[in-house]
Amino acid sequence: MKATKKVFALAMSAVVAVSALGGCSKNVSGTVSTDGSTSMEKVIGTLGEAFEEENSGVTFTYNPTGSGSGIQAVLEGRCDIGLSSRALKDDEKSEGLEETVLAYDGIAIIVNPENTVTDLSIKQIASIYKGEITNWKDVGGNDGEIVLIGREAGSGTRDGFESIVGVEEACKYRQELTSTGDVITTVSGNPNAIGYASLASVKESVKVLQVGGVTPTDDTIKDGSYSVQRPFVLVTKKDTELSEAAQNFFDFATSDDAASLISEAGVVPAK
Amino acid sequence: MKDKKQFLETFVHGVFLILGLITVGCVLLITVYLIISGIPAIREIGLFDFILGDKWQSTASEPSFGILPFILTSVYGTAGAILIGVPIGFMTAVYLAKFAPATVKNVVSSAVSLLAGIPSVVYGLVGMLVLVPAIRKLFDLPDGSGLLAAIIVLAIMILPSIINVSITALEAVPKEYEDASLALGATPVETYFKVSVPAAKSGIAAAVVLGVGRAIGEAMAVMMVSGNAPNMPSLFQSVRFLTTAVASEMSYAGGLQKQALFSIALVLFLFIMLINATLNFFLKRSKEG
Repeated sequence: MKATKKVFALAMSAVVAVSALGGCSKNVSGTVSTDGSTSMEKVIGTLGEAFEEENSGVTFTYNPTGSGSGIQAVLEGRCDIGLSSRALKDDEKSEGLEETVLAYDGIAIIVNPENTVTDLSIKQIASIYKGEITNWKDVGGNDGEIVLIGREAGSGTRDGFESIVGVEEACKYRQELTSTGDVITTVSGNPNAIGYASLASVKESVKVLQVGGVTPTDDTIKDGSYSVQRPFVLVTKKDTELSEAAQNFFDFATSDDAASLISEAGVVPAK
Repeated sequence: MKDKKQFLETFVHGVFLILGLITVGCVLLITVYLIISGIPAIREIGLFDFILGDKWQSTASEPSFGILPFILTSVYGTAGAILIGVPIGFMTAVYLAKFAPATVKNVVSSAVSLLAGIPSVVYGLVGMLVLVPAIRKLFDLPDGSGLLAAIIVLAIMILPSIINVSITALEAVPKEYEDASLALGATPVETYFKVSVPAAKSGIAAAVVLGVGRAIGEAMAVMMVSGNAPNMPSLFQSVRFLTTAVASEMSYAGGLQKQALFSIALVLFLFIMLINATLNFFLKRSKEG
């Protein structure tokens, strides 16, 4: 009896010591599983890593299946949090799903600094990428054949750009490059090139176009006036509670502290 | 005492055998893995549709996986690189092996070795920033990236292997042959081209095959200058090679698309095996001859 008490006391003091050592971090164990948009890989990876670092007992998983599959997975309870790079549709919401916007992905349309064009409408951009407009003079620039620069099939930026502008599977790319950096370098080296890249990674060497008269900035992306953008959404079930670990991750991802991590991943935090 | 020595000998033999088997094991592992992961997609798509299909749309709603453009691009690109690289490399080798004074030979040889040591991404970068804009301006094109830029980069990249192997072959020609030719009144140029080069022909052929192997397997440098759109090859068109087809889509691929990329790798692997077999054939002949 005495021995049990002693052990108990020891265990208690150990618990106290550990929690003192751990400081303010909550030590929850368990797994947080996320499933969905491949475009969100970078932002969710950054957040997941940071979360795992703070909570050593938690295993964080991410299954890149695509927005549609991610939403389906939440609905069927196969994962804790679904990831979608589009807003939920009404019928998805009516099935009991809830969306929380984590960040906005703004895609800048870039041209060479020598190009005199400063503003294009979404419609013009679509015609250009479909190959219906092939010369810059048709959109108010100098005479010169437009060179379409894009990303490789499967890239999140390409998927985002094509779905927002409405040119899926119709783009007549001259070059399909495998990184944002390559796109920027190529556009900066060719006076007739046009390309697209995440706003956060755009550099001085290229000119960012206005779309419908709006310059892309963090503010215009957040208030929705810049149109080549899409939300990155965390999808959860409305009336089912998340596990403690998942809830902690959700709170962490939507906290103000996570905002800098989200910006680091190249997107505009919703907060 | 003798037993101990005997044991040590056997033991060391065993160690070397194991180390050798590691290499063989790696080759076997890669071969088996490629075949196992490359076959399913070919089966699903159909061998003819896969090899002879001329449309590659891997992420479309109705995807099509035809790799004929990639195969032709790889073949044309390699052929072009050989066409430019072999004459330059061969002449350089003859000059260095036979004509050049010792100091010149030292300088040029170290320059060639340096060329071999430059990482392929650097070739790609220089190609992207210098060569592609130059082609665009020179031929007055909207965009300079494409097959021609890739051919030029590849031609430069294969120079070191062609030069080094050719030099070795030319230097292995017995001096008596050349002396005899000179003594009969032939000039040095006649001697080198009519005696030395024919005597070294198997070695030079091996150099060419090695260049082919290097060119067909290069991915990084061509990816940066070839534009990467899956078009049928044409000199100023944006094209995609077998290697770059795998490299550019692998990072996000899934499902049948990923399997099809493995199948492309398998096709490439078969090409390389074929080239290696040819290389071995020439090397063997050059040893016997």
